[in-house]
Amino acid sequence: MSEPPLLQATNVRKHFGKVEVLKGIDLTMRQGQVVSLIGASGSGKTTFLRCINLLEEHDGGEILLDGDPIGYKLAGETRKRLSETKISAQRARMGMVFQQFNLFPHLTAAENVMLGLVKVQGKPKAEATDIASHWLGRVGLGERKDHYPYQLSGGQQQRVAIARAVAMQPRLLLFDEVTSALDPELVAEVLGVMQALAEAGMTMLLVSHEMLFVREVSHHVVFLDQGRVAQEGRPEDVFDHPENERLRSFLGRFHGLFGR
Amino acid sequence: MIDYHFDWSVITRNWDKFTDALLLGLGLAVVSLAIGSVIGLLAAYARLSPRKWLSYLVWAYVEFIRCTPLLLLIFFLYFGLPEFDITVLDKSQSFVLSLSLYAGAYMCEVFRSGLASIPKQYVEAAKAIGLRPLQRQLYVVLPVMFRITLPAVSNNLISLFKDTSLAAAIAVPELTFTARQINANTFRVMEVWLTASGLYLVTAYVIATLLRLVERRYAAIR
Amino acid sequence: MTFTPGTFWFEAWAAREALLVGLGVTLASAMLSIVMATVCGIAVGVALSYGWWWLSGLARLYVDVMRGIPLLVLILFTYYGLALFGINVPAFWAGVVALGAFATAHVAENFRGAVQSVPAGQMEAAKAIGLTFRQRLAYVILPQAFRRILPPWVNTALEIVKGTTLLSIIGVIELLLAAQQQMARNYMIVDFYLLTLALYLVINFTLAQLGGVLERRFSYLRY
Repeated sequence: MSEPPLLQATNVRKHFGKVEVLKGIDLTMRQGQVVSLIGASGSGKTTFLRCINLLEEHDGGEILLDGDPIGYKLAGETRKRLSETKISAQRARMGMVFQQFNLFPHLTAAENVMLGLVKVQGKPKAEATDIASHWLGRVGLGERKDHYPYQLSGGQQQRVAIARAVAMQPRLLLFDEVTSALDPELVAEVLGVMQALAEAGMTMLLVSHEMLFVREVSHHVVFLDQGRVAQEGRPEDVFDHPENERLRSFLGRFHGLFGR
Repeated sequence: MIDYHFDWSVITRNWDKFTDALLLGLGLAVVSLAIGSVIGLLAAYARLSPRKWLSYLVWAYVEFIRCTPLLLLIFFLYFGLPEFDITVLDKSQSFVLSLSLYAGAYMCEVFRSGLASIPKQYVEAAKAIGLRPLQRQLYVVLPVMFRITLPAVSNNLISLFKDTSLAAAIAVPELTFTARQINANTFRVMEVWLTASGLYLVTAYVIATLLRLVERRYAAIR
Repeated sequence: MTFTPGTFWFEAWAAREALLVGLGVTLASAMLSIVMATVCGIAVGVALSYGWWWLSGLARLYVDVMRGIPLLVLILFTYYGLALFGINVPAFWAGVVALGAFATAHVAENFRGAVQSVPAGQMEAAKAIGLTFRQRLAYVILPQAFRRILPPWVNTALEIVKGTTLLSIIGVIELLLAAQQQMARNYMIVDFYLLTLALYLVINFTLAQLGGVLERRFSYLRY
């Protein structure tokens, strides 16, 4: 083994009440890799993403970030939940962008980006301001940094949310269906920003329904079906040679998109 | 507690007084709510009327009541009306008049927002089947509005029931007045006020529960 | 306009000092109650929203009891009850405590509502950037909750000002009782009630407008 994987999930399980949503998921990501999770709604892809960032707690298996178990300490056989402070610190090593943007409505675009820099990373305000300006510029919103969320379009809000996540220099960026809540004409500007990040070598894990985009940016694609990995591999293999029957029917729904 | 021995016999001896007083308070609240609802409904239509002066008049009434202490209104009508040689009202009637005027303003706000929240399609559908304006209100708008506003109306009834305690100030023998009287005669402070508080609490709870059942019965509309 | 004894303006001028003192007592009792209700109400509200089950249960019980008992009963109970414990408090303070305890329940309930109205996504986004629980409250949830709680808080203040009139029943000479004492002297019942009413309207209408302004000011908190 040359370099330890950045993220290693083994046999991750999760159930809500009696419903088992994740039935043992394995996933390995290396630094600089872009991995996409695809699958029908209810296949567990969003839940898996949320488990990685500890927004949900997995009930079985293990998630390692840079070799550290996420959310739990292993004391022999028993799992012990980490303290709230440790969990917060682990979350700070990952960034997450949400479907509904979730910008803080009482803060301007720049203040949204600065909050984590100042309060979590303890950076001085002046430095945080510079970092916020830099990243808002990178997502094309340098002019809008003093606007409040309600003054921005959906696409602009989502770009601020991406800047907020990237500015923390996370080891890993998680994207949860970030274009699903956007009007069709606003999707491209957000995907453009994500593509630029991928090209700059950011490690990214995405859940997306934008199949063309997934195919273009991903190094590795994972098809989830009913809480299990049904097929995974290079995008060409998954999209052009779907072996799994459910994957074939899933991709069939997007057929128009591939008819070029 | 400093040397206080509970003696609940004072409550059992006066139990009839307590229940009579409670029922009187409930009666005052229900009558006031009824009159207040009529005032409130008329006022709500007037508030939404295209006639500006009428709408402003109702706005002034609602703001006036909202900013006026109820006790002041009660005193003003009770002691003030006789100054205008209006002496037909006894204590209870004068109190009901005050509480109804008070309730009218709050009900107006409830009904106004209820009327405003009725989807336009209902009215359009009613027009489409050929109902006349008054029929549209009677058979479509009002039934829907009453269902929408039921939770707010039941909250108002509970508030009004609690407000009947102010009738004590003009010696209407409702629960608070009666409790105060028994307190003065027996000095059983804790027993008397715990009982009064308990009766108010239980009654408010029962009203809330009953009305929630009614609400559930009509909850079909969404 | 004549300025002789028996005319309204003469009597009003003669009563100015008594009425102003009464107005002062009204304002003082209202403000003290509001301060108490704000501090205690937020504490109870935090317990209601984030407390361990037994603590939030206690807070819920307190709020429901306070909202089920008439304010006047609470004032009388406090007034007579405190005397019973040998605590010799003036009626003014008994009244302030009762008003404050009553309004505490309202502030607490409003606080809970405001916290709850902040969407779950806000908490998740705050978690995702690595803020601790205390930081999430301090920088994300509470700033939004406070903007939402201000308009109903002003409304509670208005209710408290109206509620101070009930202190007249336990003999606190606030504005209403001060005016009634003047009426007992000059028999100008209608005129003096209207004068008193006008004073209340000035205070409360100002508060009501302030509430409206705050509501519009913070309407940008849309999601």
